[in-house]
Amino acid sequence: MKFKAMTAIAALVISAPFMASAEADDDELIVNDEITMVTKTAAPAHLADDVDEIISGWHFRSDETQIMQADDFDNPGMIFVEQAMDDWNTVMGSKDKSCASCHGDVEESMVGVRTVYPKWNDAKETVYTMEMQINDCLTDGMGAEAWKKSGSKMARMEALISVQSRGMPMNVAIDGPAEATWEEGKELYYTRTGQLDLSCASCHEENYGNRIRSDHLSQGQTNGFPVYRLKNAKLTTAHGRFKGCVRDTRAETYNPGSPEFIALELYVASRGNGLSVEAPSVRN
Amino acid sequence: MASGVKPRVKVPKTAAAGEAITIKTLISHKMESGQRKDKEGNVIPRSIINRFTCEFNGESVIDVTLEPAISTNPYIEFDATVPEAGEFKFTWYDDDGDVYDTAKKVAIG
Repeated sequence: MKFKAMTAIAALVISAPFMASAEADDDELIVNDEITMVTKTAAPAHLADDVDEIISGWHFRSDETQIMQADDFDNPGMIFVEQAMDDWNTVMGSKDKSCASCHGDVEESMVGVRTVYPKWNDAKETVYTMEMQINDCLTDGMGAEAWKKSGSKMARMEALISVQSRGMPMNVAIDGPAEATWEEGKELYYTRTGQLDLSCASCHEENYGNRIRSDHLSQGQTNGFPVYRLKNAKLTTAHGRFKGCVRDTRAETYNPGSPEFIALELYVASRGNGLSVEAPSVRN
Repeated sequence: MASGVKPRVKVPKTAAAGEAITIKTLISHKMESGQRKDKEGNVIPRSIINRFTCEFNGESVIDVTLEPAISTNPYIEFDATVPEAGEFKFTWYDDDGDVYDTAKKVAIG
């Protein structure tokens, strides 16, 4: 009897933290005691039929991981932001320019930029990701070579630019000229792929808060990207994450920077309209 | 010199005399273990931070030996008692002989 009672108690002790960490918790994220993040809010209108509340991936992580994001010193993603700051001021390419030559102080010129990307580019007549804009600057503006899509230099520059919008609500436009691309992205989101026959929605809309093997499914929000992942100790871009997800359905994936992923990035970003920009967030 | 090495330290600017404060340190370093191989199968030589020390006004606070199993960007957090105003000096020793250091002043108040 005693043995049974002990096991029952042990089971309780073990299961309680498990339950707590699988579901979205009610913690509050305040970064550096300054920036209060909106990590849960009402779903944007286009999503209201499918989801009531949009929730940052931060809520699905353990307390230990959550705390890392609450202070810039503890957030390993900030190392990459610092490195990108060096890149920002480095003269590159044939025109002897750095990012700062045109854009000045990143802390002023890039405020709010992250919240509206991906967005329609009038001159190029297509939806532009921040990555495409950075590469345009490098090749056309500076006469330098483009950076690898979703590569480490690109990821950290995106992080540097995103950090200037921390705490501001995501607000990508889905109407007007971007609408067709947005529809493509939506189509992809609900299309099942791979041997496992899973769509994005199978996990991130129908099963967030549940477990997939040993991991917790979030809503797959992109407000925290580029994200520092503890599993590989570096920044991961949204396209890098998409690739990993599609691969996990056991499908051939699209490539980072492909039209499919650009459309998907726009659509997924629009599902998070209203959540605070958290980049660089910390996830496992 | 290993590339991209940059020490970072967080120390409160002021403390009460005799108070124990929390010090956080992090150095960006690839911490190559010496166990990995490149695409051609050659061993990538070990290159790690092998020692970290902290001194307060010349007196040793902590002296750490780091081993190859420690991850990229080693983060070390510890408490230290501040008996008087002074300066913490932090030093990291690289396998290749390089020494990186930084210092932070603490006032009493």
